[in-house]
Amino acid sequence: MMPTKIFKKQEKFAPAEVMLDLHDLKKVYPTPKGDYVVLEHLDLQVKKEEFVTIIGHSGCGKTTMLSMIAGLNPISDGGISVLGTSIKGPGPDRGVIFQSPSLMPWMTALENVKLGVRKVFPHATKKQKEDICKYYLNKVGLDGSFNKKASELSQGMQQRVGIARAFAIKPKVLLLDEPFGMLDSLTRGELQDVLIEIWNKEKITAVMITHDVDEAIFLADRVIMMTSGPSAKIGDILSIDFERPRTRKAVIGHDDYYKYRKYLIDFLEH
Amino acid sequence: MSDKLIKIIRFIGLGFLEPIIRLSRGEEPRKNGILILKIIIAPLASVLLFIGVWQTGSTALFNKEANYRIEKALKDQGQKAADEMKLCIDSGDISCQPNTLPSPSQVNASFKTLLKDHKAISIDKKNFKEKTAALNKQRNAEGKDPIVYTGRPSFVDQIKTSIKTVFAGFLLAILIAVPIGVIIGLSDTLRSSFNWLIQIFKPVSPVVWLLLVFMIVKTLTKDSDTDSSFIISFISVGLCSMWATLVNTAMGVSTVDKDFINVAKVLKLGPLQKVFKVILPSSLPLIFTGLRITLSVAWMVLIAIELLAQSPGLGSFVWEEFQNGANDSNSKIIVAMFVIGIIGFLLDRLMLAIQKFVSFNKNEGI
Repeated sequence: MMPTKIFKKQEKFAPAEVMLDLHDLKKVYPTPKGDYVVLEHLDLQVKKEEFVTIIGHSGCGKTTMLSMIAGLNPISDGGISVLGTSIKGPGPDRGVIFQSPSLMPWMTALENVKLGVRKVFPHATKKQKEDICKYYLNKVGLDGSFNKKASELSQGMQQRVGIARAFAIKPKVLLLDEPFGMLDSLTRGELQDVLIEIWNKEKITAVMITHDVDEAIFLADRVIMMTSGPSAKIGDILSIDFERPRTRKAVIGHDDYYKYRKYLIDFLEH
Repeated sequence: MSDKLIKIIRFIGLGFLEPIIRLSRGEEPRKNGILILKIIIAPLASVLLFIGVWQTGSTALFNKEANYRIEKALKDQGQKAADEMKLCIDSGDISCQPNTLPSPSQVNASFKTLLKDHKAISIDKKNFKEKTAALNKQRNAEGKDPIVYTGRPSFVDQIKTSIKTVFAGFLLAILIAVPIGVIIGLSDTLRSSFNWLIQIFKPVSPVVWLLLVFMIVKTLTKDSDTDSSFIISFISVGLCSMWATLVNTAMGVSTVDKDFINVAKVLKLGPLQKVFKVILPSSLPLIFTGLRITLSVAWMVLIAIELLAQSPGLGSFVWEEFQNGANDSNSKIIVAMFVIGIIGFLLDRLMLAIQKFVSFNKNEGI
């Protein structure tokens, strides 16, 4: 039997604690054969400075949910609010790291990061903006590649720039849509370390979709498990109580690690 | 040093010279030897084959025409006339040469004649300029128009005029097609509302464009006595050739990678920033593909338009030679054909190099 203390179902947090609030969220795509309900009655609260990962089967509506939070996909019913304010379309308060790096290939790494910074800090001097960009590019380990064209960087390097670009605009919520899904497992591990290191510093509320159970456990405070669609909703929530800052070695070596892992895999194979 | 050289020749589309350079440095003799055979010797052989076929064909046509003339003389004027005709043809006298497809050597000779002609005319022009310099200065001081050279333009002058016209037309095409393409590419509504116009006017023949432009320009320039043939021909060239750029620009702009658009949305870029930082750069490769097609179409229709509009240039050169009917007219026309072909090829190479340069994905390009 599992020790029940490590599992927490969705609970209501105090309003002051909540950064991101999804309530009764619904997404419907009209089709010729009638409406197709992707998500229904989806409730989720994410606390300030919390890192949650979302796992679920392909096509269950995880990406739909994330792009709704990003404001790229209209909401059919219910609502999404950041710090109590309902979102209206996309905005720099929610940074997104996409599955593909989505860098402008004709720009250098620095210019790609600058693209967002220029908009978010309109009053900063040129030097200040450049320093912000360089700081984050340094943080993701690209100090030697500021002026390389994005098309000349490897996939992993490009995703590092993607991370820098998202953090540099200092969003309130960071949305990550399987950002490491297209990388080989070695690079994925490196980038997880890069991400968690920079996140430990910035503590930006993060919502990340992943297919990788180990990644979900390593990065998250809570793992959200979504039921399979149609009408997907949150099936279960697993709270990961490892101390931060974490190292991969300590996490994998922890007694609870395999319990968490088994719990998640049981859910997915159910 | 040599690697830089190789990069340059690759860039300007002379990549076939690469194995020669590599071989001269003693790199992989076997591989480069085979490469030379493949990309230099074999194409050269095909050129020789082409000239051989041409020579055989023109000889056959020559004989057919000669026999016809002799037989005609025999039928009309009797045996004596036929013998005279035969003698005359064999002697190579200009007056009775069969008028048919010229042989390669005749074309080569005409090419040299044309160059000589150009030199002669250049000298003539220079002399004229020197002679009239003092007079023109005086006329200028009196407020009169200077006397200008009105002699026949040489073949090289015609080429220059044609290139000038094609670039004027090309520039016009860019100025019209790119902005309109961007604007209609940005909006579905505009695209669907202008689609009929594009679809209907795109296939219209150069001849009709010329007539249309002629109608308009003739009226507009009614009160000025300047020669409007240049204006007519370059506008027609521009209007004929701009469609490829228009369609490609609109397509490039409307099919920007959705990821880029999402990034622009998430970063909340303003509309101008979105167009200039994201949409235009990402559609540049397609725009340049369109421009490359436009330039080659412009060059192709230019000849036909000059021919019809009687504006100076290679087209009218061809037409005049055809009307002229002199003994070497046919071979001059063939010279013009090759010159047109080679310039068209060079223009295409130029555009390809620019296209490669602006393309952010360096592997692209055909």
